[in-house]
Amino acid sequence: MLQDYLLNGGFDEMLDPHKGVRGHYQKFHKLFKSISPAEYDAKRQAVDTAFLRQGITFNVYGDAAGAEKIFPFDMIPRIIPAKEWELLERGLAQRITALNLFLHDIYHEQKILKDGVIPEFYVLSARHFRREFVNFEVPKGIYIHICGTDLIRDKDGNYLVLEDNGRCPSGVSYVLENRRAMKRAFSSMFEGISVRPVENYPQELLKTLKYIAPAGVAEPTVVLLTPGAYNSAYFEHTYLARQMGIEIVEGRDLFVRDSRVYMRTTKGLQPVHVIYRRLDDDFLDPTVFRRDSMLGVPGLVHAYRAGNVSLANSIGTGIADDKVMYYFVPRMIKYYLDQEPILPNVPTYLASEEQDMKYILEHLPELVVKAANESGGYGMLMGPKASKEEIAIFREKIIAEPRNYIAQPMIFLSQHPTYCDGKFDGRHVDLRPFILSGERISIIPGGLTRVALRKGSLVVNSSQGGGSKDTWVLYGDE
Amino acid sequence: MLSRVANSLYWMARYIERAENIARIVDVNLQLLLDIRNLDEKRLVAYWLPIVQATGDEQAFFKLHPQATGHAVTEFLVFQMENPNSLVQSICQGRENARMVRDQITLELWEELNRLYLFVRSPQAREVWHHSPSDFFHEIKASSLHIIGIINATLIHNEGWWFIQVGQFLERADKTTRILDVRYQSLPEKGVPERISPDEALEWSAVLRSCSSWDAYKSIHGADIHPRQVAEFLLLSDDFPRSVRFCVNELNRSLRRISGVTEGHFTNNAEKLTGRFLAELQFSTIDEIFEQGLHRYLDEAQTKLNNIGGEMFNAYIFQPFQAADEVHMVQQEEQQQQTTHSRY
Repeated sequence: MLQDYLLNGGFDEMLDPHKGVRGHYQKFHKLFKSISPAEYDAKRQAVDTAFLRQGITFNVYGDAAGAEKIFPFDMIPRIIPAKEWELLERGLAQRITALNLFLHDIYHEQKILKDGVIPEFYVLSARHFRREFVNFEVPKGIYIHICGTDLIRDKDGNYLVLEDNGRCPSGVSYVLENRRAMKRAFSSMFEGISVRPVENYPQELLKTLKYIAPAGVAEPTVVLLTPGAYNSAYFEHTYLARQMGIEIVEGRDLFVRDSRVYMRTTKGLQPVHVIYRRLDDDFLDPTVFRRDSMLGVPGLVHAYRAGNVSLANSIGTGIADDKVMYYFVPRMIKYYLDQEPILPNVPTYLASEEQDMKYILEHLPELVVKAANESGGYGMLMGPKASKEEIAIFREKIIAEPRNYIAQPMIFLSQHPTYCDGKFDGRHVDLRPFILSGERISIIPGGLTRVALRKGSLVVNSSQGGGSKDTWVLYGDE
Repeated sequence: MLSRVANSLYWMARYIERAENIARIVDVNLQLLLDIRNLDEKRLVAYWLPIVQATGDEQAFFKLHPQATGHAVTEFLVFQMENPNSLVQSICQGRENARMVRDQITLELWEELNRLYLFVRSPQAREVWHHSPSDFFHEIKASSLHIIGIINATLIHNEGWWFIQVGQFLERADKTTRILDVRYQSLPEKGVPERISPDEALEWSAVLRSCSSWDAYKSIHGADIHPRQVAEFLLLSDDFPRSVRFCVNELNRSLRRISGVTEGHFTNNAEKLTGRFLAELQFSTIDEIFEQGLHRYLDEAQTKLNNIGGEMFNAYIFQPFQAADEVHMVQQEEQQQQTTHSRY
């Protein structure tokens, strides 16, 4: 399988620098070798067809015909040994704990600002800071219940945190479906290799959601609030709702009366207690946030403030997503937990710090520049790949609005053997584990491994030729 | 169940039924014209105009076309996207409603409906149409029947399924009255015509075939075609699945399954109106209907069915779910994401 396989000088997940198969991939490699190319091809096609038929798809925006595509799936799994996963788990738990403490703090005493650990200006100027929710008690004091933290590995194989998604991270349905597909295609392999299961994620999620139900509600009704069928993650919304056995609702299905939320059913109004919302803050309630929102529920925020309905994630978590706040997460960990960060950040420069600004402007062609408040790769400059004009435009933007920009060195992501054009070739990957924070913190073993299917590309983005892999966390280290 | 879901299932079923009925009406009329001799332009219009009138979209039609030529009418009823009730639009709407509740329906149903949608939206559909309209219509009819079969055989027969039945039978009853009304101009205003010409016999058999009822009719009345028997069969037969009485009976049953109310009682206006209409159909004779005039009777029947639809909406759906500004809403839906799509 790997005779003509090329290392690219970066870290390879499966092979060491001498092209020896790493310990935790050996069992897989041995079993995989016994599968003939024809057999592999047949399995691959069966899996693709199954995905398309089941509609495991995402929507392509700007396509009038409403085209749906499958998220390409590569059948070579990414494998993580127990020892490594244990480290990741500790690091992620540490991070989410610090982020939740941070959110609680800045929406209450703001000690971290008063102590000068984070300059006040950064928090108060953040677009997603919800001043209206200062001193509001969120249920059980938890802000981020569901977090997707993106991890990458540098040249030496060190895990680094690329960003935290503390609003409505998506992708977990692919984790579950990828595993199902792999179990169908390679059932015998799972007998030989002990892989930790991922199936209980929906139960864990439901448990987390029920945990934050308003006080005094014994049997809370939990619903998933989706923006609607045109959202790119709609498949995931319906999938999770079905797996949890809860209703999937749109804003127009909900109705607020006397500060209580109800859903409109054929049998009349039914009370709702917990809303797993996959809708941004801005759209939740047209009477409070964006007036033009057609997706929200008028009065929802009022019901939330009255404590009659709980939201996951809480309102105001977007600030933890802010790329400038990301810079301060190691400091938060130190401040709140008095610990060193287990998972380091990618080195980051803040344009609004004088020293950093100077460095950024001098090194623009080598750096990746990101807008602080945008997600989805909008407002980003990839220095090494950009034209002179693009760099000039960004220079102006950064000078005009330093608060809104950060810069990072370009990280050469690790690569992983991937089936491309009839052979196995190295492709860059990242990892998005999903962290649930309820009564306790629970992390789905593994997460979504995304792979850039275009050769040399560092973009793991599904709309730009990205795909995914199953992620196996082993019970042992081999 | 969520009102919005019930609403979508109901409309999904209505639109599929609508598309199938348009396919049958146009197909049969095209075939009928092959049998009529001495057709000039004026006589052609006389065959096509009633079809447009029967759909109730006459006004919309004349906004788009100056004259009811065969080409204009078929275009309007089959492909025209400006006509919200055209065959292609109906399939698009049916599919769109299914998409809204994709998680509530089975894979089999979605796949077939999606396949039909992809077919009518493809350039290939026009080619098939030009080559042989009857092949085109066969495709639509077969797919619709396939979908009805899938609905019956793969969906759980729960509340949602009964809403599908309501949509299907309400639409079917309405379409049967409209097809039966196509030839009303050849009838006296009141009473039964004594004798009909051979061309008229052909036309009335076309009416039967438009309701897929030619074989069923013949098995009861033989090959003897008369408007009285045709109307009796399509209105009052209690065991032919496209007759108005049969459909209203099913409608009545479905509404009662949804609310759990027994026969002889009602809890909402939809049940009340349906029960009344059913009783009227059960205790009427075709001669009484002809005495007051078939056309008038059918007109009233359509109003009754409309009112039942409206009252059903009031009872279960409460508020329109159609957003005022659909495009704007779609844009907002698309904006919501923190997905697998970012970055570098």
